[in-house]
Amino acid sequence: MIPALFFYLFSAIAVASAVMVISAKNPVHSVLFLILCFFNAAGLFVLLGAEFLAMILVVVYVGAVAVLFLFVVMMLDVDFVELRQGMLNYLPVGATVGLIVLVELALVFGSWVINPSSVSTRAAPTPTDITNTEALGRILYTDFIYYFQAAGLILLVAMVGAIVLTLRHKEGVKRQNISEQVARNPATAIEVVKVKPGQGI
Amino acid sequence: MEIGLSHYLTVAAILFTIGIFGIFLNRKNVIVILMSIELILLAVNINLVAFSVALNDLVGQVFALLVLTVAAGEAAIGLAILVTYFRNRGSIAVEDINLMKG
Repeated sequence: MIPALFFYLFSAIAVASAVMVISAKNPVHSVLFLILCFFNAAGLFVLLGAEFLAMILVVVYVGAVAVLFLFVVMMLDVDFVELRQGMLNYLPVGATVGLIVLVELALVFGSWVINPSSVSTRAAPTPTDITNTEALGRILYTDFIYYFQAAGLILLVAMVGAIVLTLRHKEGVKRQNISEQVARNPATAIEVVKVKPGQGI
Repeated sequence: MEIGLSHYLTVAAILFTIGIFGIFLNRKNVIVILMSIELILLAVNINLVAFSVALNDLVGQVFALLVLTVAAGEAAIGLAILVTYFRNRGSIAVEDINLMKG
């Protein structure tokens, strides 16, 4: 009874906040509702027994992605009211496509069963005697090491790409030039001036 | 009242549809479009984890982890492109993006 209650609580808040994400007037509110949605999805993951993914969802999405969104929304000086003009023009086509997708998904979900023989083709049966995090770690670093490395590579490429895209060199800003600094010697760096007594330079 | 696989699939389907609907509804606002994409990826993740638990197969959760990685990278790159675009044009209206040929 209690898990069912929490399931309905988490999913209702997740769906409601997802609706608010796409309909909020202020993009900052959109981001905050996105955070709420991810928190409740993490709750759903905990109910499912995938604790590690739930915590990763909170850390990665709330801690990194949502904060990134907040930064960008607050940094850009955009007239968001103007961007909402003509929003209702897109409502019919959007509603049509959304409805079609929902009906298709409902048709798929309604008429589908798990193939009984799929049990024998499981790639990594869930162990029962260890925690979810430990079980994930055991297969992630052994059987799926190449996927794991590829994920790391994707993050590296994304990091380099984001830096390359947003870095810009401003004119007139003094920068450190290490080779120039190292190449200095007393002959080029110091000028000896004889100052006569009683006079300035 | 047992909560089974179909309940989670329903929630995921609703979130997915909301994401698609959001892309159409906010055609001019790239930031909300990116957030809608995040919602869609979240729905996919819920599906993966629900199936992983229902079939007792951990691979689904590994894939969910990879989807999470790609989603984070995609958000970073998308927002970086957005910032660059805003610097060049002073607005983030999606309709003008096709003016930047080359």
